[in-house]
Amino acid sequence: MSTPVLIGYFESEAQVLDATRAVRDSGHVLQDVYTPYAVHGLDDAMGLRPSRLTWVCFGAGALGCTLALSLQLYTSVVSWPLNVGGKPFNSFPAFIPVSFELTVLFAALITVGTFFARAKLFPGNRKLALPRVTDDRFAIAVSPRRSPEALEDAEQLLRRHGAVALDLKEVSP
Amino acid sequence: MSQQHLSPLRVPLVSEARTLGQLTEEICAPMERPPTWKWWAAFAIAVSILGTGAGIVAYQVGTGIGVWGLNKTIGWAFDITNFVFWVGIGHAGTLISAILFLFRQKWRTSINRAAEAMTLFAVMCAALFPVIHMGRPWLAFWVLPYPNTRGSLWVNFRSPLLWDVFAISTYFTVSAVFWYVGLIPDLATVRDRVKSGVRKALFKVLSLGWTGSHRTWSRYETVYMLLAGLATPLVLSVHTIVSMDFATSVIPGWHTTIFPPYFVAGAVFSGFAMVLTLMIITRVVLGYEHLITTRHLENMTKVIIVTGGLVSLAYATEFFIAWYSGNPYERFTFMNRAFGPYAWAYWIMVTCNVVSPHLFWFKKVRTSPAAIFVLSLVINVGMWFERFVIIVTSLHRDFLPSSWSMYTPTAVEVGTFIGTFGLFFTLFLLFVRVLPIISIGEVKSVLGFARPEHEQAPAHHPPARPAPVAGEAPAPLGTPPLAIATRKDVPV
Repeated sequence: MSTPVLIGYFESEAQVLDATRAVRDSGHVLQDVYTPYAVHGLDDAMGLRPSRLTWVCFGAGALGCTLALSLQLYTSVVSWPLNVGGKPFNSFPAFIPVSFELTVLFAALITVGTFFARAKLFPGNRKLALPRVTDDRFAIAVSPRRSPEALEDAEQLLRRHGAVALDLKEVSP
Repeated sequence: MSQQHLSPLRVPLVSEARTLGQLTEEICAPMERPPTWKWWAAFAIAVSILGTGAGIVAYQVGTGIGVWGLNKTIGWAFDITNFVFWVGIGHAGTLISAILFLFRQKWRTSINRAAEAMTLFAVMCAALFPVIHMGRPWLAFWVLPYPNTRGSLWVNFRSPLLWDVFAISTYFTVSAVFWYVGLIPDLATVRDRVKSGVRKALFKVLSLGWTGSHRTWSRYETVYMLLAGLATPLVLSVHTIVSMDFATSVIPGWHTTIFPPYFVAGAVFSGFAMVLTLMIITRVVLGYEHLITTRHLENMTKVIIVTGGLVSLAYATEFFIAWYSGNPYERFTFMNRAFGPYAWAYWIMVTCNVVSPHLFWFKKVRTSPAAIFVLSLVINVGMWFERFVIIVTSLHRDFLPSSWSMYTPTAVEVGTFIGTFGLFFTLFLLFVRVLPIISIGEVKSVLGFARPEHEQAPAHHPPARPAPVAGEAPAPLGTPPLAIATRKDVPV
């Protein structure tokens, strides 16, 4: 069974922000908004919650730091303790720079990796962008409530807010 | 655009009115037309310098680094000078993209992409020098801690040289990731412009299926902010650790606690000078004067005044502390720097780094690309000499006058250094050809900055038919869409 999805195309940031708010107020299901650049204020308009990637970043950093300290402690104290100028084997302050670098490295790579996974971005992805949304168009995808009148209502709503073109697609869930 | 309420005193970031479509067109154009003869000429020169450099490196690897001008007193000189020089240049990119991002300096959008690319290329050039210095570069992996059959014999985690390995490799990796993440939306823009062929396939893979979905944009912004937050302390840590290569030793002139901030300020100073050198050429060659405006150049010169001031303060502090410490060796090293046999190098450094940036106090100089270009080259020269002075003058007259010596670089050393410029410019010229050198997505977001709606450019592509007025009967559903071809594979 497929669901009809109505796509409205807009030409300016202001219009797409208005239309997004209107769609959410109207009770139709807002699927997504497609924009050529990060439109500020759209998070609020779409009602998106702040991303939890910040927690992933924190965890990854903590992991990197722990691993770096463990590695240095193991190699310098356990595996092959080496007396360098009478310094203690566990010369902790000297381990800080490498621990810092690995904290940053782990945090950065794991955060980006998680982002790719969550946003389903990967090489060989067959998804295509809607026409011109990576150039100069903004698009709103709406699933109208299930009735013929609702479809017409959604269409009218988008037009009222300045949609320059409309498109109807059948999308299988 | 409309939701930005800005003071009318603000100056637009993009100096000419442009639509979104025009902007895409403009930034993608250099990649889509065949290269000009000027590009070919520049590329030919860069590649031949690179080739010569590669030959020279092959020669010294084959013969041994005894072909350098080092001696028993001066064990470090040209190679490490060049390493620090290039790493320093490699600081501006991440500074522009990360620190200016956190400070919400929107003018960074026109220059961050190219500056980040420059960073990556400069770090590549820098990394070559320690590897060549190893003498047997194929054993470079020995610097990594990996289990081995010698014990396992581990690397020495108390050594600043090892910290450097981690700092430089982390810096390169994180900068590359930061750059790539920033590129993804633009790669998708290019993908959607190219009709077919290898480029289409390549950009399809590289853009990872980016659709411009705002759910993704929202996460993307979070990730970008996190990366900026991570890269900011990282960029400061890298030159701090480079300075510790010297500061943790007991050589007079090196053994000082001022080195980390002093080196970081110097790195930003030289990095911005290099960004200016490249941007001034690029904006003229590609006709991007309205995107990389005089205001961008002016802002960068202001950063140079500040960092130049910091560097000057560091020079003065070093001298003062040498006197104040009462340490005769320390005092001698600094007197020798300024008035000894390498005084010429010291005074070149002072002229270029302490005196010349003050010309930027004059608005006329700050707004003249030609003057900025010349001064940026002067600063690059000055910063190279700074590293040379710190390294060579501290070593050449050590504690025992019988071991005093002089250092002169050999042709092989000079050739290697020039060769890295070949590498740098070859990579930069290729970058200008194959990728959008200005962040399209980010400039689009500041296009309306400080530009009232009525002053904005008219729609580039007029709508196929005027938007219907409220109340007008809508076209029945099922009729073909107005201006847009229907495609079955559109994701929702």
